[in-house]
Amino acid sequence: MLTKRIVPCLDIKDGRTVKGVNFVNLRDAGDPVELAAAYSEQGADELVFLDITATGDGRKTTADLVERVAEKVNIPFTVGGGIKSVEDVYTLLHRGADKISINSWAVKEPKVLEELATQFGSQCVVLAVDAKQIDGKWKVHLVGGKVPTEIDLFDWVKEAENKGAGEILFTSMDHDGSKNGFANEALAKISDMVNIPVIASGGAGSMQDFADTFKEGKADAALAASVFHFKEIEIPKLKQELKDQGIAIRI
Amino acid sequence: MSKVVIIDYGAGNVKSVKFACERLGLNAELSNDPEVIKSADKLIFPGQGEASSSMRDLKANNLIDVIKEAKQPFLGICLGMQMMCNYMQEGNTDGLGIFPLSVDLFEGNEVKVPHMGWNQIEGLKTPLMEGLKENEHVYFVHSYFVPASEWTIAKANYPEAFSAALHKDNFYGCQFHPEKSGLAGQKILENFIKM
Repeated sequence: MLTKRIVPCLDIKDGRTVKGVNFVNLRDAGDPVELAAAYSEQGADELVFLDITATGDGRKTTADLVERVAEKVNIPFTVGGGIKSVEDVYTLLHRGADKISINSWAVKEPKVLEELATQFGSQCVVLAVDAKQIDGKWKVHLVGGKVPTEIDLFDWVKEAENKGAGEILFTSMDHDGSKNGFANEALAKISDMVNIPVIASGGAGSMQDFADTFKEGKADAALAASVFHFKEIEIPKLKQELKDQGIAIRI
Repeated sequence: MSKVVIIDYGAGNVKSVKFACERLGLNAELSNDPEVIKSADKLIFPGQGEASSSMRDLKANNLIDVIKEAKQPFLGICLGMQMMCNYMQEGNTDGLGIFPLSVDLFEGNEVKVPHMGWNQIEGLKTPLMEGLKENEHVYFVHSYFVPASEWTIAKANYPEAFSAALHKDNFYGCQFHPEKSGLAGQKILENFIKM
């Protein structure tokens, strides 16, 4: 049976992990490669690297990092953040990323989804979308959730699927950092609307939150950062708990 | 040590396959040169992207006959395996015809497409699957599938049984990505390299 995926997310700046990471047994917790290898050993199903580097030089460092991760890690990983050109995508995939995720770029130029799907295949094109509710309506936000748009979340993910996105990574700005659980109602609606996998992001606080997003949110994968980095939730225990609750999980 | 060549005809992410070989202590060579490919002890044939353009790339590199006539152990991965079949629904494309099979699109509302993530494999046959447990998890990313047949050496369900791996003579294929399938995938690559 196809299993639900547990996806740790690492924020990267200038080739280093950004947020404090509370990992014993690592020589260098700031080294994304070591951290990625550790997560892989613990049973993470996939990894996401979010590049928050602003400068061009930093982006070259990211491409080098992608190659070092691909050398060491034998599970799939996605790279996102600041991707603005087909050339960026080519570089990251060529250096060893399995998938890339794009966000603002796709909102500004939706046709790039078609271009990327034709050139590289839908399977490696992840549409990341940040949204929050304004007057009860889910609106897409840009620039890491800072800039609101008038675009309806559900219209946008449907359009993105039609244009060639192979997967949706939905982050609820209302839930991100709250540790009160994922935006399961919106997730379930997206999951029913599209026929491509959906990754839940934003709000993970407890093991039950993951169980709920797979059951109620109908998510195919769940992404989290701090609960894993600070060992509030350990992946082997989480996966056992999910399995005990009857959720299809790789152990 | 045997010479492993990864056929590099422009398919994406061939580096991951090379790195997976390196993790097994093997320096595999990337090449599109027919002579280098013919001289290999083992051949790995990755694939990623769209079927008809990938077949065109193979043709442009004069690799069609080189692959069909290969006598050494040969492993196609993902689209590589699909291209070893007779016919691919994707782009209405003729394949290499090594396996007399068709490759069809997953259809219907029952499952999401692409089939993406870790799924279990069963009905495992040696030598490629030597040492693996039944129902081991491996990583898949694909929208088209090869139905189960007499050449199937591992099956997965999505929702019906399909070929997760194929074998005929010296030719092997994996629909999943052994290079991305953790220790299980590493074992499969190791089995292949030892052939």
